[in-house]
Amino acid sequence: MTDETDAATAGWFSDLQPGDLEAAADAITEGRAEAPREWPATAVEDGYADSRDDYYDRLHEATMAATRTAVRKRERADDQQLVHAIRAMDDCERTANELAERLAEWAGTVDPDAGTGVEYARRLASGDEDGLEEPAIRSLAERVAGLADEADELREFVERQTPAVAPNLSALADPVLAARLISLAGGLEALAKKPSGTVQVLGAEDALFAHLRGHAPSPKHGIIYTHDAVRGTHPDERGSAARAVAGKLAIAARVDHYSGELKPELEAELAERIETIQARNAEDGDAATDGGTDDE
Amino acid sequence: MSELPTGVERRAFDGTERLATRGEPVYGEPTDGEWRAWNPNRSKLGAMLELGMDTGLAGGETVLYLGAASGTTVSHVADFAGPTYAVEFAARPARDLLEAAESRDRLFPLLKDARKPESYAHVVESDVDVIVQDVATRGQARVALENRQFLADDGRLLLAVKARSEDVTRAPEDVFEDVRAELEEGYEVVETERLERYHTDHLGIVARPL
Repeated sequence: MTDETDAATAGWFSDLQPGDLEAAADAITEGRAEAPREWPATAVEDGYADSRDDYYDRLHEATMAATRTAVRKRERADDQQLVHAIRAMDDCERTANELAERLAEWAGTVDPDAGTGVEYARRLASGDEDGLEEPAIRSLAERVAGLADEADELREFVERQTPAVAPNLSALADPVLAARLISLAGGLEALAKKPSGTVQVLGAEDALFAHLRGHAPSPKHGIIYTHDAVRGTHPDERGSAARAVAGKLAIAARVDHYSGELKPELEAELAERIETIQARNAEDGDAATDGGTDDE
Repeated sequence: MSELPTGVERRAFDGTERLATRGEPVYGEPTDGEWRAWNPNRSKLGAMLELGMDTGLAGGETVLYLGAASGTTVSHVADFAGPTYAVEFAARPARDLLEAAESRDRLFPLLKDARKPESYAHVVESDVDVIVQDVATRGQARVALENRQFLADDGRLLLAVKARSEDVTRAPEDVFEDVRAELEEGYEVVETERLERYHTDHLGIVARPL
C-alpha cells in the first residue's frame, strides 16, 4: 500500500538511517505530506523503530533537533539582529533620559547650580563639575553616561548594518528610520508584504485604532513622520507627502527583500514627487487641499 | 462541573485551590512538591477547565496543539496527556517551547505554520484524540477546518477564539457568531462559553468532527 517513491505519502522517517539525527531533523523541517497517516505503526512496520515507544523517543529527538536548528536560523537572520538593536537603542535612550531626570532632581538638592539632562550627567561623571562631592550621585551619573554611550554605540551599529540588510530602504529613508520600520513590521519580509497604506501609519497604531473605532480622524503618518520629506512639507500637504513616501518605502522594502539589488531610480522618483507636492503649497498659499487637522 | 482529566488536580497553593499538573516548572509558576499550579489567566485551556467546560479530556490522549507559543499551556497538556505535538510558527516563543519540551519526552515541538498542515502532515500522526487550538491569526475557523484531517472521528476540538485577531473593530459577539458558523462546515459545536473572567474577548468552543 505504501509507495516508497511517492514523497507525498511518506512519513518523515522514510529513507532515514535510525542513527542519523541530522538527516532526521532535515526531514522534519523540509518534508511535507498530503495527509497524515498512522506514522508510529508505519515506522515500526518499516523497521525504523522497534516499538511505538522507541518511535516516540526518536521523534522527540528529531523534532527537538529540527526546531532548535530552525529557531536558531531564523533568529540569526540579519533583519532580526536589526530589530533587536533598534529596540535596545530605544530602551537605552529612554532609560538614560529617565535616570537623568532623577539625577537632576537629586543633584539639585545638593548643588543649587546643578544642571539637567544627559549632558549634565556626562559632565558630572567625567568629574568636570565642581561643588558636588556626594559619591552616590556621581555613581548614578556614571550609569547614565554609560547608558547614553551604549545608545550611541547601538545607533552606530544600526547605521552600519541597515544598509547591508536593506540597501534601498536605507537610501530612501535614513538607516535608523529604515530599521524602525523593519522593527515595527516584525522583520524585512513582513514589511515587504505590507501595503503602502499600512507602512504609512506604522507606529501610529493608537491613532489608527481610535479612527477604526470611529472616534478620530485617520492618522496621516506614523513613524515616517521623521522622514525629511514628510516633516519638511507644509502641514496642509503632509498627508500627500506621507502617502508618496510610504509608497516608495513599501516598494523599496519589496526590492530589498525579494531581490536585494540597489535601485537608485527610486530615490530620484521620490525626490521628484515630493518636489511637486511641496510646490503645490507654495503656489496657492493658504488653500488647504488635504483637509483634516494635523494631529501631531 | 465536569470531571478533571486524570493527572490534573485541584491543590492548595498558599491556601488557594488551584488547578495543577505534575512536571518540571516552565514559567515560574508556584509548585508544591512535583505539582505545579496551572494559571487560567495565562492559559485558555486552563480557563476552559476552570469554568467547568465539558472538554472530554480524560488523560493520556494523543494531542495536536496548534499555537503552542512559549509552551505555557502545552507543557501542562503534556503533563497529563500522551504524545503531544506542539505547532508554533514564531521563532522567539519557540525558543521557550524547546525548554519546556526538554524534560517532556512525549512533547514534540514543531516550528510550523498551522495554516499549512501539509508542512507537518509527514510528522503528526492521523487520528489524534484532541486538537487544542489557540492561534492569534485571522481565519481561526479555517485553521480548525484544515486541521480536521488529523482528528479521529470520535475526537474533540478544543478551540479558543480570539475576537481581536479576526477583526478589532467589530463587536466580539458578531465575530464569534461568524467563526462558529464557519466552523460548522466541519464540526458539530458541543459547547461554547465566554472566557471573559480570565481572557478578554475570547470564546471557548468544544466541538466534535462531523
